[in-house]
Parts: sequence; structure tokens; C-alpha cells
Amino acid sequence: MLLPLEDILVIDFSHLLSGPAATLKLADLGARVIKIERPIKGDLCRELYVSNSTLNGESSFFRAINRNKESYVADLKNEVDKQQVLRLIKNADVVVHNFRPGVMHHLGLDYEFLKTENPGLVYGEISGYGTEGPWKHKPGQDLLVQALSGVTELSGNANKGPIALGLAMADMLAGGHLAQGLLAGLYQRANTGHGCKVSVNMLESLLDLQFETVTTYYHDGGEPTQRTASNNAHAYLSAPYGIYETENGHLALAMGAVPILGQLLDCPELETYEDPKSWFTERDAIKQTLAEHLKIGTTEHWLSILEPADIWCADVMDWERLLEHDGFKVLEMLQTVTMGEGFSYQTTRCPIRLDGEILTSTKGSPSLGEHTEIIKDEFKSNL
Amino acid sequence: MKLPLEGILVLEFSQFMAGPSAGLKLADLGARVIKIERPVHGEGGRQIAIKNLFVNGSSLVFHTVNRNKESFTANLKDPNDLNLVKKLILKADVLTHNFRPGVMEKLGLDYETVQKLNPRLVYASITGYGTKGPWVKKPGQDLLAQSISGLTHLTGDFDDPPTPMGLAVADIFCGTHLAQGILAALVRRTKTNLGGLVEVSLLESMLDFQFEALTTYLNDGQKPPKRAKKGSAHAYLGAPYGIYKTADGHLALAMGSLEKLAEAFELKSLRGFSDTSDAFAKRDDIIQLIQDFLIENTTGHWLKMLGPNGIWCSDVYDYKKLLNQKGYQILQFDQKLSLRNGETIHTTRCPIRINDKRLFSSIPAPEVGQHTEAIQKEFNL
Repeated sequence: MLLPLEDILVIDFSHLLSGPAATLKLADLGARVIKIERPIKGDLCRELYVSNSTLNGESSFFRAINRNKESYVADLKNEVDKQQVLRLIKNADVVVHNFRPGVMHHLGLDYEFLKTENPGLVYGEISGYGTEGPWKHKPGQDLLVQALSGVTELSGNANKGPIALGLAMADMLAGGHLAQGLLAGLYQRANTGHGCKVSVNMLESLLDLQFETVTTYYHDGGEPTQRTASNNAHAYLSAPYGIYETENGHLALAMGAVPILGQLLDCPELETYEDPKSWFTERDAIKQTLAEHLKIGTTEHWLSILEPADIWCADVMDWERLLEHDGFKVLEMLQTVTMGEGFSYQTTRCPIRLDGEILTSTKGSPSLGEHTEIIKDEFKSNL
Repeated sequence: MKLPLEGILVLEFSQFMAGPSAGLKLADLGARVIKIERPVHGEGGRQIAIKNLFVNGSSLVFHTVNRNKESFTANLKDPNDLNLVKKLILKADVLTHNFRPGVMEKLGLDYETVQKLNPRLVYASITGYGTKGPWVKKPGQDLLAQSISGLTHLTGDFDDPPTPMGLAVADIFCGTHLAQGILAALVRRTKTNLGGLVEVSLLESMLDFQFEALTTYLNDGQKPPKRAKKGSAHAYLGAPYGIYKTADGHLALAMGSLEKLAEAFELKSLRGFSDTSDAFAKRDDIIQLIQDFLIENTTGHWLKMLGPNGIWCSDVYDYKKLLNQKGYQILQFDQKLSLRNGETIHTTRCPIRINDKRLFSSIPAPEVGQHTEAIQKEFNL
């Protein structure tokens, strides 16, 4: 299969997660991605310690994000190195960076300059909070952006105080949006010959995730976010929406008619909530009743009643059980990749399928500067 | 400014959140998106409300995710209507749907059939859990996909029950991936003149979202993720990473050197912990130590003390505080849309900027079938 981005060259100055998450998608869609890393330490993510374990000497996070890429070392403050990188950019289709505002300009690698060198270039940048205003110099770090964005008010129960989403949500979303913008830019370029600059910032990306609740805030007179007292899964949705303890595990219940649930579960108290509006206004009481009731049976028991009745419900699984399940295995979501020097590790693949095929790649993450010489040689006539 | 996707026609059979969120991004990037809805009631998402909020007969959520689109009604079980839709498909560049596997086949609108009608079409589908295997018929709903994917073991504290993320993260990531796949296929089409099939699922998108943590799990002997005892913000990151209570609010502390933090705090008991071995192994103790210290003074006090020392930290805001900040207002992230009935929808804009320009659009979500007649005329249906 012809991968969509097979002839696309991406020069990737980005580090940590947000930018590299975007370029990983481009790589899996067929692009060639060359990481430009500083000498000695390289991408900061290489030594981001994770749960006390490393994977072949470096962070497992780094290994996950930077597979299917090459590494080229350059000191961008050194004129010789910089000229070589500039010539790489002249041959490139996409440049990505996530330095703080002003850094690329200072290095002489801003879009205004690069587009005179390469008018077809699609230039992508990620900042923490945009490039103007009082927050532009704040560190664009995921938890800090979450903390400012209001998103910590949405998960967990009402009495818990702010709770962060337990993954790098702002990074992942900003990377996702950047990849969308870059792809749209590449499409436009194919039609017009002109590149463009695509900018996203982590705060806007996290607000975009909250577009439903921010819009609600604009319309409900600015009421504070109110999570449910127990079993919260969405602060703005009616009961039964939540996760409930059962005799042997947990059961997730999405939206559904409360009286019908009462009938199916043989819980007469729930049948009294006839007005759908009460499923929101009385949701704490409904959830309390449900929580008490569901404890007396196993997850399998409840599923065997609810699933045939087309109630939206699911077992709550951990990775151990998930990875053993046929429903997971049939997705072929895992792949093994191999690094240049032969070390192999297991990771996930791209979640997008094209023409009925999964997109896999066997290339592991590069060691620092692994491809510098090869790339210099390859682009010799141009470097 | 000419938008990147100007000239692209998208037919959106998708309902609810995941598919329509992809359609919204394509619309904001310049595509024309026509929702194909059933007559009278329209798509199912019009009736899914949060906080019981409805505007002009459709939920506020529907208005949020379907702005900048048109609506064409068709009863796909009626051969005449189906014929009209097929004619529209001949003119379209992209089609999206999120019916359960088998539904489009029954309608004769499956990829194999439609591709023969229009080989340039990019055909995009969302399922809950893929198109084969034991979960094919399971409802593809956000909370269920979160729950099955293992994600609920990453948020909240050690003693908390499985805690889902309190918004539609599976829908949103899946929509993001769908839009990426569609755009990549459109790029490919400029070289091959052929469309293609793009498929994503909520579960695969949730697994991709967890890819760093899952890769760690797959290679560390499959140790289950362990949330911190208190203030947990990431199961795999060591202290001080977390959210702390202060005398008058909260403070978020991101990753950073414990030694530097001990110096900035002038906190002797925090000295001597190693960033490499202790930060994770002694995480609960270190967090408790910092927590006991931070509760003694205000968030403002700590920010003043830590900021100049280069410690990554932040206040913790709710919407009210955030929306009153200059740092938020300068983004100009909101926009107002006027409905035909005179009501106004106050919502957010696209988070992508092109050539330093924000992408605004004043077009509100359509009423059911608002554009059916005009589209019939325009395309001579």
C-alpha cells in the first residue's frame, strides 16, 4: 500500500511529548521524520524518569514516542551546524518545533525567514499558552496547563478537590491538532504550491476538549462545575452515568432511562424517577441507590441482564485482563520494534487503519545522533 | 484568507460526538460539511443534553459540535431519498459515518459499493471496538470505551475506585484520529487521484492515548499502574508531580529536581532525596512531606517563592477564575453565533491557527433539514 505521506520529509526540532506525538502520527502515515537533537543530552524526554524503570537505558516514554524516526545531532548555536540544518530544511516539506515563543526567531529559524528559503514549507509550532499575553513565557508543561484550564474540576467525586487527568492530555491533544493542521497545510500546498504556518497551543487544545462544558458555562449563567457526590464520570451528565462497584469488580453505566434500569435490575426505588429532568436534578440520590443495589451482584450478573436489553454498560477492566481478551487481541494493536543496534521492544501501533490495513512499522527509537553521518552523506550534494 | 480545505465537500452521516467532532475540525479548516439526517428528529445527538440544556429544540452540546455545518434530511430506507443521497455522494470528497458494523452494508452505502460510484471519495468510519471479534456489537460509547481500555486506573488516588476522565476523551481522540486519517488520504489523493478507506475505533484511540504508559507496562514486567496515595496526577511520574492543597486553594507542581525544590522551600526534611531512585520509590512519603509544608501558606505565597526559582508550578483554576484572566482573554478563544430564531450560542473556536490567523466561523448548527431544498437545487438532485 502506498502510504499517504511517503515522499514527505519532516524536520522535527520538538522535544518531550506534544510535538513528537504529532510527528509520530506523520511517520506512521508514511513521512520520514528526522529529529534534530542537541549534542550530548538530546531530547529532554530521553531521561524523563518513569516509575523507576528505563528501557534499554532511556525513558520508556521516549521509546514509545520516537519510534519510526531518525536522530540527527546539531548544535543550533554553532554556525556550521546551523547551516547544515538549514540546507536540510530546504529539502524538507514540514518543520515542527515546540520551543517557547521567541526561541526559533533567536536561532534564525522562524517561519518568516524559512519561507523565503523554502516557500512550500509547512511550518508547525506548539506553545503552552500562545505567543502573546502574560502567560507566553510560562512553562508549557502538561499538568500546569491542566491546572489553569479548569479541567481538574471534572473528574472524581464532588468532595475530592481538583483532580488531574492522569495522562499528558494537553500534550496529546496539542500534538493531535498540530498533525491535523500540518496535514491540511500539505493538502493545500499540493493544490497551490504554497506552504503555511500552523500554530497550536496546549491551553487552547485543552479548552477545545472542554468545548461542551465551557459552552455550557457560558449558557448556565456561569455556575460552578458540580461533580456528583459519588460515582462521578461526567460532571454535567444525568444519572446513571458512572462507574459502580459490584460484588466482584466494577460496572460502567452510560446514559439510560432510570425507571427502565429500575425494572431490569429489580430496584423499585428507581422506577419512581419518571421525569427525565429528575435524572439530572436528583442524580446524587439515584446514584446512591444504584450504588447500594449493584454491590449485591457480580459484574457478569448485571451485564447478563442489561446487555440483552441494550442498556449501555461495560465491565471495567485493567490492562492485565484487557490484554488477555479476544476483543483486544483481534485489534492487533501491539507491535514489536527494533532499534538500530538490535534491541527490540513491544509498543502500540498507529490507531488509524487505511484501506482495511493496519499501519505498522518495525523501526525502534533512534539512539542520539544515530543517523547524523548517514544523513549528512545522503544530502551531501545539498548540504 | 483562503482556508486549506476550501472546495472539499464532506457528507456527515455520523451522529453524537466522535464523528461530528472530526467534521467540525474539517469545517473549521475550510471544508463544506453537510450532515445527512433522518427527517423530523434529525441525528440522535440532538437529544443528548448535558445539564438538561436545549436551544431551539436541540441540545446545547449538539450546537457546540455541529456549528459551521449544513443539514440535509433523507430517509435512507426510502429508495427515492437514498437515490438523492447517492447523487450527492458522486459530488463529495469525504463521507463519514459511525453506524454499528453492518448498517451501511444494508443500505448499500458500504465502502465497496460507494467506491465504485465515486473512486475519489475518502470514506471514513468510526466503530466502538473495530469491525471483527467479540465486541463488534457492543455499544460504542465513550464511558464504556474508557472503562474497557484500562484508562480508569490512571486518574485519581491509590485508594479511589476506577476513575474515568470526566469528559468524552474517547470520542474526542477518536475524532482527532479520524480527521488525521481523512486529511492524509486527501493528501494521497492529490498524487493518485484515488480516495480510500479510513477506519478508527474508540478503543484503539484510547489505547493510542495510553501509548506511553502501555509501552512502559509491556516492558517493565507488566507491573500494574500505581497511583500516588494523595494528589496523584500521573501514575508513572515520581514526586513532586501532583496537585497539593494550600491554605487558601491548590498548587500544581510538575516534574523537577527535589533538591532544587528543597532549596527553594528551605525545607531541610526534603533534602537528600534522589531524583532518580527516590522520586518514584518514595513518592508517597515525599508528597506527604511537601503537602504538610504547603498547607501552611497561600497559593500566592508559594507561587511567588517558586516561580523565580524556575520551579514548574501553577495555581489551579476553575472556569470562573480562568475566564477572568488576561492570559485567557487574549487568546480570543470564544465566539458568538446567531441562530435564525434570534437566539445566540456562545461557544469556543477551532484551536488551530493558520498563518497566525485564528479560525472563526459565525455559522451556527443547522436546524433539521434546514438546507435540504437549497442543496437539492444546487446539485440538481
